[in-house]
Amino acid sequence: MNFDLTDDQKMLAKTVADFGKKESTVERFRKLRDADGLGFEKATWKKMGELGWLAIPFPEEVGGLGGSFVDAGIVLEQLGKTLVPEPYLSSVVLGGHALWLGGSSTQHEKFLAPMMEGDTILALAFAERNVRFDPRCCATTARREGDAWVISGEKAFVLDGHAADHLVVAAMSDQGMQLFVVDAAACERKTVRLMDGHRAAHVKLVDVKVGEDRRLAARPAVEVLERVLDYGAAGTVAEGLGVAFAMLWTTVEYLKTRVQFDVKIGTFQALQHRTVDMFVEVELLKSIHTESVVRASEEGTERTRAVSAAKLQLAQGGQLVSRQAIQLHGGVGVTDEHDIGLWFKRMHTLVTICGDESAHVARYAATMDAS
Amino acid sequence: MDLSFSPEEEAFRQEVRAWIAQNMPPHLKAKAEQAAHFEMPEVMEWHKLLYAKGWVAPHWPKEFGGPGFSATQRFILGEEMELAGTPPLSPFGLVMVAPLIMRFGSDAQRQRFLPKILSGEEVWCQGYSEPNAGSDLASLRTMAVDAGDHFVVTGQKTWTTYAQYADWIFCLVRTSTEGKKQQGISFLLIDMKTPGVEVKPMQTLGDTPAFCDTFFDNAKVPKENLLGPLNGGWNLAKALLGHERTLVAAVGQTRRNLRLAKRLAAHHLGANGKPLLEDPHFRSKLARLEMRLRAHQMTNYRALAEQQKGHHPGPESSILKLVGSMLVQEADELCMELMGQSSLAWHDDEAVEPFERWVPPTFCYDRATTIYAGSNEIQKNIIAKLILGMPGA
Repeated sequence: MNFDLTDDQKMLAKTVADFGKKESTVERFRKLRDADGLGFEKATWKKMGELGWLAIPFPEEVGGLGGSFVDAGIVLEQLGKTLVPEPYLSSVVLGGHALWLGGSSTQHEKFLAPMMEGDTILALAFAERNVRFDPRCCATTARREGDAWVISGEKAFVLDGHAADHLVVAAMSDQGMQLFVVDAAACERKTVRLMDGHRAAHVKLVDVKVGEDRRLAARPAVEVLERVLDYGAAGTVAEGLGVAFAMLWTTVEYLKTRVQFDVKIGTFQALQHRTVDMFVEVELLKSIHTESVVRASEEGTERTRAVSAAKLQLAQGGQLVSRQAIQLHGGVGVTDEHDIGLWFKRMHTLVTICGDESAHVARYAATMDAS
Repeated sequence: MDLSFSPEEEAFRQEVRAWIAQNMPPHLKAKAEQAAHFEMPEVMEWHKLLYAKGWVAPHWPKEFGGPGFSATQRFILGEEMELAGTPPLSPFGLVMVAPLIMRFGSDAQRQRFLPKILSGEEVWCQGYSEPNAGSDLASLRTMAVDAGDHFVVTGQKTWTTYAQYADWIFCLVRTSTEGKKQQGISFLLIDMKTPGVEVKPMQTLGDTPAFCDTFFDNAKVPKENLLGPLNGGWNLAKALLGHERTLVAAVGQTRRNLRLAKRLAAHHLGANGKPLLEDPHFRSKLARLEMRLRAHQMTNYRALAEQQKGHHPGPESSILKLVGSMLVQEADELCMELMGQSSLAWHDDEAVEPFERWVPPTFCYDRATTIYAGSNEIQKNIIAKLILGMPGA
């Protein structure tokens, strides 16, 4: 039993944390959010590629750095602290892992490699309107036409799909679910702003024709999707841990400086105990996050249980933190000028992406042992 | 990052499990099966079996008769015993006063007390709280007056759990009324047979005679029974607090409770005569508890990994106490809810199965878990001050 990060991992955490503090503060996120444009910067994405952050969780044989998902979790946790807007979760964790798990070596070289360099962005197009989180509920179709496939349908809330070069699209064929790598330019895309200020795309595929070389066939598509969505869920918890951590300590600092009734409000026991409640939830989140990033790469119920338990803790504990943080800040916490509200919105987004509380409790309950 | 136990540790787990299966007496197993409350004589019977095996004090150093276990071995032993439902050992001697005697006691005190704590020949209880000194322990008023070669002790201690079975009590007493109230406290070891010591048991909500009041009326206590320096007892009390908090993560206990809850859910019928285990509402309640227990268990493992490196449990162990005690109560509450109107039964063997009989009394008694070993509000004060650095009033 060992929870220590290796020296390399500690260095990675520090490097990403320093980047957040010096080059990508919450203020940067706010400016990019409010400006026209992508909501992030391609130059920064390229820099992340050069630093190796985008390649770190992938094995060396596909051109990665041979790390693990624990490393991706380290990056995400630090990015969450200052709301770094570059599409790590959508492109590295969702799109990238779908390509890695589903793709051939040719496909890895063609689509995954340039993403790891920071030259392209991948997105996963699986969600559809009014469908909650079951990826098997898929109305988008793929039919054979000679050597090619013709894909038709609509995908909703494709995270960072507005900026993606390639979309991994889930579609139903007469042989079941399939995944295809589709050029974003071949689709109709409508950019939307999400509640937390990040951007996504609603994507329409009108008889989009792709070759068999665009089908991800290394594993059954449903298996790839299930595993990728668990990586995604573990990724949301990792980023959410960073968000919760930032909210806790920002709130603690506020209570140590804010004066009312001629005393620092941190002297009030009622408020102290609420910050302790927040602290306890962050510690529990850290614990189960650790299990979920370790087990995200395993197969079977130990993975799904650990990941779902982590998602529940994000939903309950993480949101206790984000809600109490606003309450303890008072009115200023409800303004867009203060960082607290921005973290609050990100927390809800992370709770929701890749399955919310109800979805994960239901999944866990379905496979729960009878004794 | 490695979340698994080593093959040696897993082998040790199997050894412990097999030994318990072979050596736990059938009448204790029967009570464990029913999740029944163990009375003190049963606890001491189990204590002596563990003593013979050399496992009764896994956290004691070898020089005092401990088995020289690693932090992980200690954890595994404790977890397996909780899972098997063995009688929980009385912590007052083994876990509380013994480490203080080792650290603060004279050689004579070590030789006098430690072997009999280990063997179970002498049973201990704790004299801390008083009617007017609960969470504010330092305002205790039981007086120990210097009378030459002995102290004369007068006062009342309360919540002296199982004092009626105890041979010895360790007490915080006031030896000075000058200066800060923490500075006038000493730590005394008192023989329960001393004239002037009287025990009055009281029933708990769980109908067990666990709690007691212990009265001291001019009890003569030899000065050699002072542990640590005169007026230095508060430091001993603080040293003990850390040990006590790590006792109460209660992961094994909650896992057992959860197993009991699932058994109840399979036994009781809901809508359309289907077992509650197949009812989505109750299934998701069970799942939520199991999922949260998982996060608590990982927190416990993190603390364990720190201990493995030789770090003493710090204020973080307050988290384990806070969360562990709440989960114990939530599991009890779920068990009661699963039983429906059967939860109204009170030692009623006709209305409920034997394995259900102890659910209501346990549910009642376990309200104490968020109070004992430093109430959860006190734990929160500790975290607020020592970890979050909150300002004082």
